[in-house]
Amino acid sequence: MQVNRRQFFKICAAGMGGSSLAVMGFSPAVALAEVREFKLLRSTETRNTCPYCSVSCGLLMYSLGDKAKNAKLNIIHIEGDPDHPVNRGTLCPKGAGLLDFVHSPNRLQFPEYRAAGSTEWKRISWNDAFSRIARLVKDDRDKNFIAKNAEGATVNRWLTTGFLAASASSNESGYLTHKVVRSLGMLAFDNQARV
Amino acid sequence: MASLAPTFGRGAMTNHWVDIKNANLVLIMGGNAAEAHPCGFKWVTEAKAHNKAKLVVVDPRFNRSAAVADYYAPIRTGTDIAFLGGLINYLLAHDKIQHEYVKKYTNATFLINGDYQFEEGLFSGYDAAKRSYDKSTWSYVIGADGFAEVDETLANPRCAFNLMKQHYARYTPDVVSNICGTPKEQFLKVCEMIAETSAPNKTMTIMYALGWTQHSVGSQMIRTAAMVQLLLGNVGMAGGGVNALRGHSNIQGLTDLGLLSNMLPGYLTLPGEKETDYPTFIEKRTPKALRPGQLNYWQNYPKFHVSLMKAWFGDAATQENNWAYDYLPKLDKVHDVLQVFEDMHNGKMNGYFCQGFNPLAAFPNKAKIGGALAKLKYLVIIDPLATETSEFWKNFGEYNDVDSSRIQTEVFRLPSSCFAEEDGALVNSSRWMQWHWKGAEPPGEAKGDPEIMAGIFSRLRDMYKKEGGAFPDPVLNLTWNYAIPDLPGPEELAREYNGKALADIADPKDATKVLVKAGQQLDSFALLQDNGSTASGCWIFTGAWTEKGNMMARRDNADPSGLGETLGWAFAWPANRRILYNRASCDPAGKPWDPKRSIIHWNGSKWVGFDVPDFKPDSAPDQGMEPFIMQPEGVARLFALDKMVEGPFPEHYEPFETPIGTNPLHPKVVSNPAARVFKGDLEQFGTAKDFPYAGTTYRLTEHFHYWTKHAVINSVLQPQQFVELGEELAKEKGIANGSMVTVRSNRGHIKAVAVVTKRLKALTVNGKTVHTVGIPIHWGFKGVAKNGYLANTLTPYVGDANTQTPEFKSFLVDIEKA
Repeated sequence: MQVNRRQFFKICAAGMGGSSLAVMGFSPAVALAEVREFKLLRSTETRNTCPYCSVSCGLLMYSLGDKAKNAKLNIIHIEGDPDHPVNRGTLCPKGAGLLDFVHSPNRLQFPEYRAAGSTEWKRISWNDAFSRIARLVKDDRDKNFIAKNAEGATVNRWLTTGFLAASASSNESGYLTHKVVRSLGMLAFDNQARV
Repeated sequence: MASLAPTFGRGAMTNHWVDIKNANLVLIMGGNAAEAHPCGFKWVTEAKAHNKAKLVVVDPRFNRSAAVADYYAPIRTGTDIAFLGGLINYLLAHDKIQHEYVKKYTNATFLINGDYQFEEGLFSGYDAAKRSYDKSTWSYVIGADGFAEVDETLANPRCAFNLMKQHYARYTPDVVSNICGTPKEQFLKVCEMIAETSAPNKTMTIMYALGWTQHSVGSQMIRTAAMVQLLLGNVGMAGGGVNALRGHSNIQGLTDLGLLSNMLPGYLTLPGEKETDYPTFIEKRTPKALRPGQLNYWQNYPKFHVSLMKAWFGDAATQENNWAYDYLPKLDKVHDVLQVFEDMHNGKMNGYFCQGFNPLAAFPNKAKIGGALAKLKYLVIIDPLATETSEFWKNFGEYNDVDSSRIQTEVFRLPSSCFAEEDGALVNSSRWMQWHWKGAEPPGEAKGDPEIMAGIFSRLRDMYKKEGGAFPDPVLNLTWNYAIPDLPGPEELAREYNGKALADIADPKDATKVLVKAGQQLDSFALLQDNGSTASGCWIFTGAWTEKGNMMARRDNADPSGLGETLGWAFAWPANRRILYNRASCDPAGKPWDPKRSIIHWNGSKWVGFDVPDFKPDSAPDQGMEPFIMQPEGVARLFALDKMVEGPFPEHYEPFETPIGTNPLHPKVVSNPAARVFKGDLEQFGTAKDFPYAGTTYRLTEHFHYWTKHAVINSVLQPQQFVELGEELAKEKGIANGSMVTVRSNRGHIKAVAVVTKRLKALTVNGKTVHTVGIPIHWGFKGVAKNGYLANTLTPYVGDANTQTPEFKSFLVDIEKA
């Protein structure tokens, strides 16, 4: 019978006297002096990379929750991945603070809208946000799209709306963003590589 | 990046982080890796500890990299071309170059157009009214056979080598010291240490970052360094190279994917409006070899372009419609961010999206940026954090003093997930594409970027379907075959940019054999076709997600060579090569220059080794193919032809705000003659009369740009805005350490705590004492740190002439007690 300290006390509390259980040979295999279980043992480990600089250090993220359908994972610890050939388990002062970025009080939670001239945000639904943005985009594009230039050459460009993409976003986000932006004929398009 | 591609063929860090340990000498200049890239810098420490390497740091400030260097030399900000040009002169004058490498692997022997010249600070072809060059004389002499002419003896005075020698002969140690403020003996000591690596079995690696890119001559600073490395024979070698330490975690990836005004994925380019005809467009981008027997890899350009158009537009891209050529917007000019905010400021734009980008903090002259945003009709913010840009319309007292009621911009703010809440890949500085996994759901209702883009796009497409509108074809025909159309999955997107066969691909050597079946993922860009039978969204990424699965998720860190070539870890573009141009690590006969650092070699029938050869695997050394396979001439360029805006050889030009008010080399041409300056911004430049000190911005190890002020622990470590000044200046101005000061430029002011140090020393430049004021950038009016001023309140609105990267590193300020 393998029991740890916590289970041992549970069994004891369930009815039998602790001493009698021990007498019967059910003593815990590990020392009773153990303080408490290391909490990372019961967390889920996920591999990631640091989103800050371009060293892209390997990370181990530990979340409470086991990825079961209704369990909501909550990241409680982030450290360097010792298997990673570049950082070999280390993190710098930026990376060591990543947990506080993930849980920053300034993380945005809901779509919001600020009306012209207003001093405040109003919460809106995703559906409202998407539909209203799409409408603004389409109206501007339809009105200002340049199909031909002064020489009559086909140019199919749209210059009155622009897009800045994030160079901390993934390849997959970036690829999809590029596809969408170019299909609209947009040229005012950049990412942080420029600055 | 705009300098490495013209020189070597690709715009990326040549080597990789772990490889730094193989260096004999590490030069950190234009960067501060110990502070900004600490876990990469550990490989410098490793090189020092286990390879007896020396570390040399050249910087305006005795920074944290300098603190652990073997040798430090100060330099005035913005004068690195003078320093490195002086180094080139030293190497040539003291015959400290690797002769065989220079002769065989660079364009040293190539003859240059007889009309090319350089005089009084200007190259041939300058048009002062347009502030630009007619670059037609910056070219090779082409022989009757269509190939560039060379003189292997280097006797011809029109050899690129001799023109280079002549160009830099002006950069004597005295001239360098006079411009840079570096004491002559310190400059010479650095030259001496670097010159030692001209031995074939010695290498120097150069590490740089924004300290070189953020100048009006930034690209040319990097090119000067690239030329130095070519003269020393350090490119392609383990422990060598020119290593661009990129800033953001995926700045390499987004550049590779072409998210820039004039680019398409994989360094393909958008057409200009004069390119009305598809065959001419494609022909112009498909170079012919300039020397016999060269691989000239860009000859495959049509395959990459057609495969991209098939990936994006599927069946709508056909041979008949020139692969949907009309779907691509045609450029009138480059709409880089400085151009865009100039247009916005002039009321020419209506809408703007900021996806994980904070331009109010990140672009120069905050007053102009805020004023420009206020002229928009709508602004859409997609970000995990509450950025300053998202609240540019809100009054934050002295930090953002605006009247909300007068700002008519509608603003949407959409919460996005962060790295920890998604699956996907980032490309690090070493070109490694590394997959990462989701560890939790994003907070509240936040969504991933692909879902947000899909949400907007699907509604837009539905509207075009129902209502019609301006040229709906590309919108309606954009490939969108994702299993859940409103939620494109990262795996699906990765498979799409990798590419697949649309029809069976036959073996070109044996038509009865099928190499890849229709529908299968491709494992190499060598399989791409120009007839529409393959699709690939980013050709250089082909191989990242093959029939074998996700190569980016590989985690075998085995390093059989001991040189750090972990080929089983993730996937490095192109083709999993870890050190670019590695053919140049061997002599012309195919033997490694340094047997102890052998990464590839010729085994008699093919190229083999610890790295994937960056070369045609079966091209024998006697066939004469040269190592720089992306270049039509097969060699690297000392003379950059017409690929750089302001000249084929880098020349020292002063920052637009110069503390000495002249250019000692040519007083009539002070600053970059080909840099674009808008009229309103020219009027806002200051002079040394009113703003006598050199201002420079920099970063701290505790913070990352404007993000980490939202993280509690980082804000505890560096809670409050400060500026750094030297003891001499502090004494002169009566500023006590820890007191409040005001720093002004001609565009605005900031207030901050004064930190008086020994790290910033006054330099003597052109007979004048020049002090430097250091301005860390990390504060703003949103976050959990103490509110502060955005540092870009001070910086000038002018960029590098090639990339338009703003001149954040060199400008003029005044400082006084607050």
